[in-house]
Formats: sequence, C-alpha cells, structure tokens
Amino acid sequence: MEFILLIKGLIILTIFALSLGIAAYETYFERVIAAYIQDRVGPDRAGPFGILQPLADAGKLFFKEDFIPTLADKGLFIIGPGIAMLTALMSSAVIPFGDTLLIKGQYIPVQGMDVNIGILWVFGIVSLGVYGILIGGWASNNKYSLYGAIRAASQNISYELAMGITLLSVIVVTGSLSIRTIVGLQHGIDWNIFYQPVGFLIFVTCSLAECNRTPFDLPESENELVAGYHTEYGSMKLGLYLFSEYVNMFISSAIIASLFLGAYNYPGMDFVHSFLTGKLGESFGHNLATVLGILVYILKIFFFIFVFMWVRWTLPRFKYDQLMNMAWKWMMPLSIVNLIIVAAAELSPYPLLFNYIGLAIFAFLYFGSRTVYNNKKSKL
Amino acid sequence: MVSQFGFVLLFMIAGIFLVLLVLGIARILRPSRPNPEKNAIYESGEETEGTAHVSFNLRFYIVALIFILFDVELVLLFPWASVFGDKALFDDTKGVWAIYAGIEMFIFVFVLALGLVYAWKKGHLDWIKPSQEETNFKSPVPKELYKDINEKYA
Amino acid sequence: MEIVIRELLNGNVIFWIFCLITIGGAAYVLFSKNVLYASYGLLVSFLGVAGIFVFAGGEFVSAAQIMIYIGGILVLLIFGIMLSSNKKAGKNYLKIENVDMPLSLGYAVGLSLIIILLIVKTKFDTANLKPLQHIKNLGYDLMTDSVLVLEIVGVLLLMALIGATFIAKNDE
Repeated sequence: MEFILLIKGLIILTIFALSLGIAAYETYFERVIAAYIQDRVGPDRAGPFGILQPLADAGKLFFKEDFIPTLADKGLFIIGPGIAMLTALMSSAVIPFGDTLLIKGQYIPVQGMDVNIGILWVFGIVSLGVYGILIGGWASNNKYSLYGAIRAASQNISYELAMGITLLSVIVVTGSLSIRTIVGLQHGIDWNIFYQPVGFLIFVTCSLAECNRTPFDLPESENELVAGYHTEYGSMKLGLYLFSEYVNMFISSAIIASLFLGAYNYPGMDFVHSFLTGKLGESFGHNLATVLGILVYILKIFFFIFVFMWVRWTLPRFKYDQLMNMAWKWMMPLSIVNLIIVAAAELSPYPLLFNYIGLAIFAFLYFGSRTVYNNKKSKL
Repeated sequence: MVSQFGFVLLFMIAGIFLVLLVLGIARILRPSRPNPEKNAIYESGEETEGTAHVSFNLRFYIVALIFILFDVELVLLFPWASVFGDKALFDDTKGVWAIYAGIEMFIFVFVLALGLVYAWKKGHLDWIKPSQEETNFKSPVPKELYKDINEKYA
Repeated sequence: MEIVIRELLNGNVIFWIFCLITIGGAAYVLFSKNVLYASYGLLVSFLGVAGIFVFAGGEFVSAAQIMIYIGGILVLLIFGIMLSSNKKAGKNYLKIENVDMPLSLGYAVGLSLIIILLIVKTKFDTANLKPLQHIKNLGYDLMTDSVLVLEIVGVLLLMALIGATFIAKNDE
C-alpha cells in the first residue's frame, strides 16, 4: 500500500514537472517555428541554439517590477492569474502517459489517476478555465481588459458545446468515460481518427478556440485591445497567464492525441512487446516497451503542439461575428450530424465502412440541396 | 474510488502551493517603486476616463443563456452515450435495445436541434455588424471592385 | 498521530473540510456587501458541493455540478452582474441592499424548511446502492424506467430556451 502510494506520488511529481517543462519549452519552440516560417534566425543568444531562452524569459519575469493599478480590485487582481494557472495544471492529472510499469510483480499504470469519469473531469476543468480570465480582466478596471475577458468567456462557452457533442461521439464508440479505457480500445492502429475524421477536425478546432490561440485569439487581439485581458498585468502575474496558455496547449494536445490518435498505441506494439519481453525478461522488457509507448505518445503530443503553432503563423484572426457564426452555425450542427452518423454506424456490423457511407450521404444531401437552392435562387 | 480522487486533491494542493511559491519568489526578487503614473490604468497613453465597469452588449448574455440549456442537454446525453454501444445488451435483445435507445436519443437530439434552429431563426446567434456609410470621397478605384471583393468574402 | 493519518486516509477529515468550504462559501454569499464577491463565494460553495458528491459516490453528478452550475449558471450570473451597471448607480452598483428583509427572510426559512422536510421524509435505498459503474446505471435507468422524464426534460428545456431568449430580447 505504502509502496504504491510512493510510486503514485513520484508519478504526480513527474507529471507536474513534465507539463511545466514542456510548457516552458513550448515558448522556445514557438519562437523557433515562428522564425523558421518567417525566414529569420530566431532566438540564438542564450546558450547553444538559444536553448536556455525559456530560463532567461522566466528570470526576466521574476525580476520585473509589478504594480497593481490603484483603481483595480487588489484581491481579485492577484487571484485571477493564480486560478488560470491552477485550472491549466489540474487537467493533467488524468492524462494516461503510458501503459503499465511492472515493478516487483505489480502492474502500476503510468497515470496520475484513473477515475471512471476521466474525460468529464477534463471537460469540467475546461469550463472552469473561464474564471481565470474573467476575474483578472474584470479586476484590472481597464476597458480593454474587460472586453477581452468577456470575449474570452463567451467564446469558451460557445466552443465548449461543439466539443462536448464531439466527445459524446467518442464515448458512443468506446462506451466508457475513463481515458485509459478509451486509449486501451485503440490498440495498435485501431485509432478513433479513422472512425470519425469529422469529429477529429471539430475537436481540434474547438481546442484551438478553448486555448485562445490564433485564429481564435480575440480575447488578446493586439490591434484592437492592446493586450486584451492581461493589459494591466506585469511581472510574474503576466507570466502565470502566458504560462497557463502554454500548459493548456500541451494538455489539449495530449487529450486530442489520446482520444483520436490512440495515445501510446502504435502499429506493431504487440510484436515489440513480445520481442522485448522474450529477449530481456518479463519485467525489464515490459517496462522498456512501456517507455517506448510513452515516447510515441510524447511524439504525438509534440506533433499537435507543432500544428497549433503552424496554424498560428498561417491563418489570420477571425472577426467576432465570424467566430460566433462558426461556433453556433457550423460547429454545433456539424457535431450533431457527426454524433448521429457515428451512433448509427455503431449499430451496423462494419462501423468503419458505415461511417464513411454516412458521411458521404450527408455530404451528398448537403451539397445537393445547396446546389438546388442556389439554382432556384438564380432562376428567380 | 475516494483514493483515486484523493490524488486529485493532492494535485490541487500541489498546484496551489506551486502558484503561491512562484508569486512569493517573484515578490522577494522584484523591486517595488510605485508612483501615481505607473499605477494609473492604461488607456493608450491618455488620461483614464471614467470607470471600466460599463455595461456591455446584451448579446453576450443571451449567448450564455442559450449555452446553459444546451449544456444541461449535453450532460444528460453522457449517460446515454456510455451505454448505447453496449455489445452484451445488444446481443441479448437481438438489437432491439440499440434501436430503442437510438430512437429515444434521436428524439432528444431532435428537440435540441429544434432549439438551435429557433435561436438561429430568431437571430439570437447573429452578431451585430456596424453599418457602413457612404462617403463623398471620390476614389480613383471604381466602386465595383470593392463591391466584388466584399461579396466574395462576405 | 496514527489516528490522524488513518482518519485522513479514510477521507473523514477531507469530507468535513469540504463541508466547511461549502458552508463557508454560502455564509460569505449571505454576509457579503458586494454582489460580485458574493457570486465568487457561490463559486466556492459549488466547488465544495462537487467535492461532497464525490464522497457520496456520485462522480458523474459531481462533474455535472461543475459543468452546469459553475461553467454555465454562474458565468451567466456574473455576466448579468457586469451587464447591470449603469451610470446612475455609479461606483456603488455592486452594493447589496436588502429590500423587504422580513419577507425575504420568510421565503428563505420556508424554503429551507421544505427542503429539510423532504430530506428527512425521503427513504434512501442505501442497501441497493451501486457506486461502481455509476454512469452506466444512470444510462440504463434513463433509457428504460425514466425515459418519459427524459423526453419531458428535453421539451421543458426547449420551452425554457424560447421563453428566456424571448424575455432577454425584449429587454434589449
């Protein structure tokens, strides 16, 4: 009992360090990728290839003077960034980083905790994420901040619905809310992305919106709102806001990878597992296979982080009416259609085939009726 | 189960501790020399005018209102989703279960979609765009060009 | 010392801490003079309730509590408070003033009495409790015994949507 507790405590500490470390280096990657896309050099002063840049940034944030505006609400002004950071960190508890580790004859899952409502837990924390921005933006007593905060709150709740309905279609297929079970059912290359490509696209778009990333970064759009909800912030409080954004990005990448791309599953994993256990013995071989799985998962996470950054330097920002139209008039109906198709295909003997047939029927109906409608309109 | 959620609590406590630690270290390290200029609210370099706590567009409120109702429906759909694909029950009832649950949920989702269509048709989901006014300025660029572009990307 | 650790592992201490958080938040709502602070007190109280649900074996209800009450209703409440500022009230628009103290007190006490009565009168079937597979049981129940209730809830929500947006639109 105490042994498992110790291991679990170690895992929690590792997850904490991992999410913070990855978040810190995301800032570096963002700069490097931005530099690459814009054809310039990027950070290259701090350490070899600028690899110590995140440390330099953190040091700068620590030493900057921090002032609270006289008209601001002092208590809420400090609580705001704290809540933003806390909610960002909380959801990493349920991410299944890997399969099990075999230590002294006991299988210990590489995960903070495996609750049977895992995915709902993440979803609940996402809905809590509104408060960090809402509290901070209101407490600054700044017009730009308030507008940024209200935009953020409105945008987050709008995209939460489409995200939730897409989540439902994943749960219909797996029949479980535990992320570990969902991942376990995508063994090998039996990934959910092949069963519901539309759901995957909706989910990625909604994650972009939930993280307030471009093209959905209306809450901090610099050409209208100065810096949005964190206009009045400086020093480490600003640091917490910026950092929470990167932690959120890491966690949503991890969730996307585990819901749709099978997390630590990769083709040929059974062969690798049996090969390693055969060569290196039961315990060591199993653990090595698990570590390989973790590496595959981290690779997938980094791929999505890269996609997030790629999108940032490719797409321009939406206008607010476009953003709302997209959430309510495109994402919502599309996710409902996706749910119905996935549910109907689940009843059939060949879910994969029937999914694509359903999507094809929907596309035919939609584009067909649109063409007919347009023809009628042009005749009139 | 409580022990699993105990780790959530541990996580929460560790998170709070981390945030406090970071803010505490920053407090020790950073200088603090406030003056009235620094502590003024930033308003693009101008003197601050009035309070920021103004009343904003009612549309945000309506969106939040619509959101709550869909959120409740969403929560009610989760238990359904977790039992819908139950293979054992499917075989026991020779598929009757799945069709039954499917039809039930189809009605429920249909009602949900009906609400969405209502809000859509009533224009609660439309965002107000500022109206464009014609100016007297004579541009060398013909107006049709602008019109074409506006129609293309409308 | 050992007793403390055992009680902590049993979760009794944490249960009482959650109770304290809930009651503390609610009391803050009651005595706060600022509407916005009061709504944040409500947030704390809701979080405490979500924690208590976990202890009762209702993880799903706990998540639903967070999603609906904290993620939805409270956001709406805060939007409403921020929206209702006007020039006339100026800086004091967040101040709570108790109008008709005896009447509201009567309402509050009456409602609490009804709830307490309901809790006392209800016979909870603790023998047939199935804490594991909680969501699936809920799903089977919603699909079989309570199917009419579910559909009625759907229609009710639709009516609420139409009514609420109608009223809000008229205010505009």
